[in-house]
Amino acid sequence: MTTTTIGRPVTVTRPPVRKPARWASRRARGIALTIVTWIAVLAFFFPVVWMVFTAFKPESQAATLPPTFAPDFTIDRFQAAFDRDMVPYLINSASASIGSTLLVLALAVPAAYALSIRPVKNVRDPLFFLISTKFMPVAASIIPVYMLLQAVGGLDNITWLTILYVGINLPIAVWMMRSFLAEVPREVIEAAQIDGAGLRTEIFRVVLPIVLPGVAAAGLICFIFAWNEFFLANLLTTQVARTTPPVLGSFVDGRGQFLSILSAASTIAIVPVVIAGWVAQKQLVRGLAMGAIK
Amino acid sequence: MTSGRRSLAISRALLWPALTVAILLTQIPLVATLYYSFQEWNLLRPGQRGFVGFDNYAKVLSDGSFLASLGNTVVVTGSAVVGATLLGLLFAVLLDRKFVGQSVARTLMITPFLVMPAAAALIWKWSILDYTYGMANWALSLVGIPPVAWNTEVPALTVIMVLIWQYTPFAMLILLAGLQSQSREVLEAASVDGAGPFRTFVSMTLPHLRQYVEITVLLATILLLQVFDPVAIMTKGTGGSKTLSYLLYERAFIGLEVGEAAAYGVMTVIVTIIVATVALRTLFKVFSAEGLMNR
Repeated sequence: MTTTTIGRPVTVTRPPVRKPARWASRRARGIALTIVTWIAVLAFFFPVVWMVFTAFKPESQAATLPPTFAPDFTIDRFQAAFDRDMVPYLINSASASIGSTLLVLALAVPAAYALSIRPVKNVRDPLFFLISTKFMPVAASIIPVYMLLQAVGGLDNITWLTILYVGINLPIAVWMMRSFLAEVPREVIEAAQIDGAGLRTEIFRVVLPIVLPGVAAAGLICFIFAWNEFFLANLLTTQVARTTPPVLGSFVDGRGQFLSILSAASTIAIVPVVIAGWVAQKQLVRGLAMGAIK
Repeated sequence: MTSGRRSLAISRALLWPALTVAILLTQIPLVATLYYSFQEWNLLRPGQRGFVGFDNYAKVLSDGSFLASLGNTVVVTGSAVVGATLLGLLFAVLLDRKFVGQSVARTLMITPFLVMPAAAALIWKWSILDYTYGMANWALSLVGIPPVAWNTEVPALTVIMVLIWQYTPFAMLILLAGLQSQSREVLEAASVDGAGPFRTFVSMTLPHLRQYVEITVLLATILLLQVFDPVAIMTKGTGGSKTLSYLLYERAFIGLEVGEAAAYGVMTVIVTIIVATVALRTLFKVFSAEGLMNR
């Protein structure tokens, strides 16, 4: 009886004595780790910060030794970039990326539907074929593409560039949509079929609402890849259909001068995709993993 | 029976538009490349076109630049994929903790992947890695290290660095999703059983992450095998940075031998088919393990 009354306070008082110490060291470790994390993240993000920062510098303070950390801020270089006709290039980029993304989705969603929900005898062959085209460097068959386009007058033509982007993004979109559609509960579809719903109702009323986030994810990834595409745009367009990526290099000269305007033009060029990616982070992850992650 | 056949017909009708477009856009150029590769065709002498059998292939194989380029592609793609995956894992572990500004940090971290590769290459080349005014050499000078001529002295490393910067967020996002899909109860149970954080990570988290690492490596490889932008913008294929894509571009648009350039293209396709067959098998295995393949 006495031992328990003596023993009890001991066991009760002990933890409060130890706990603060352990808790404090744990907390200190946590804070240290948070600081390390933030330093690493900011170091990683630094090139982006530096680009945007340089875009607000006058040209004379862009390339200095040591670097100018307190420049005379100006938005003059953004104005200069727009004055050098950036708008038509941005419009071309927008039409090629939005146009190709819509076309890709229109083709990929039904195809993925057939490959995941509807019975197709050999699912693997079309999937295998589609993804294998992604391994081939576009550069390997660029000569005939160039010559065919030349023959039909398709060089420097935004419609043809859009069509080629469909070819680039279609395989990944089918793969993504297939993964998303495979998650639609079988019972939901069967119920709709038993109710006598036609194919159109089955797709548009039953399945599509469920996989809409997946469609958004696929669309986002296709948009990003098309907006950022450089190789084909550089070779197949010259002036009328020129998109933004191949134009950026012309803002800087061969010795690295005019860094401010280059930074301003680059900042303008990355804004649509960066904002889209920031806003739709969840879709970005799912899309990037081609639907393999929930 | 009839409804089964009808539904099969519907499936075909849904599938064929996409397949037709994919075949038209990817296979016709490929067949044409194959045809050109057996032709003697110099753009300066358009009159002398003709069939030459395997002459172009003999030239390609005896030239040596194909194998060199293949090696460069393996080195550049391989280092970038490994580097991005390791760094991505590190950042994923750091960002998996609850801490002040977690979601802001995550948002900043994914940005490099969203930056247009052409813009990234230009900014790195002129703003970060420039010999005289670049931030990298200035930072090195602060700790007494002499400047490095990144773009000309170590071009392959320069390209790899930019690629790692762009693809680390890609790896981080997938691996972070993997970390967050771990069951909290199991981890807590391990910690109650007295397993330290390091032990828990090695014996529980890493095996769990395996399939996520596989997805990361495979998809990053697919994306990076084609790498062209930083090579064209930063190094022009000098010093070990001439990847296959850049070699093909150079042969096709700087050289005037259409037939020979086509033979380079066909050789590249053959090599990629071999790589792809091995990689695709793994890819299918990963997607089957996820239960996404056999529906």
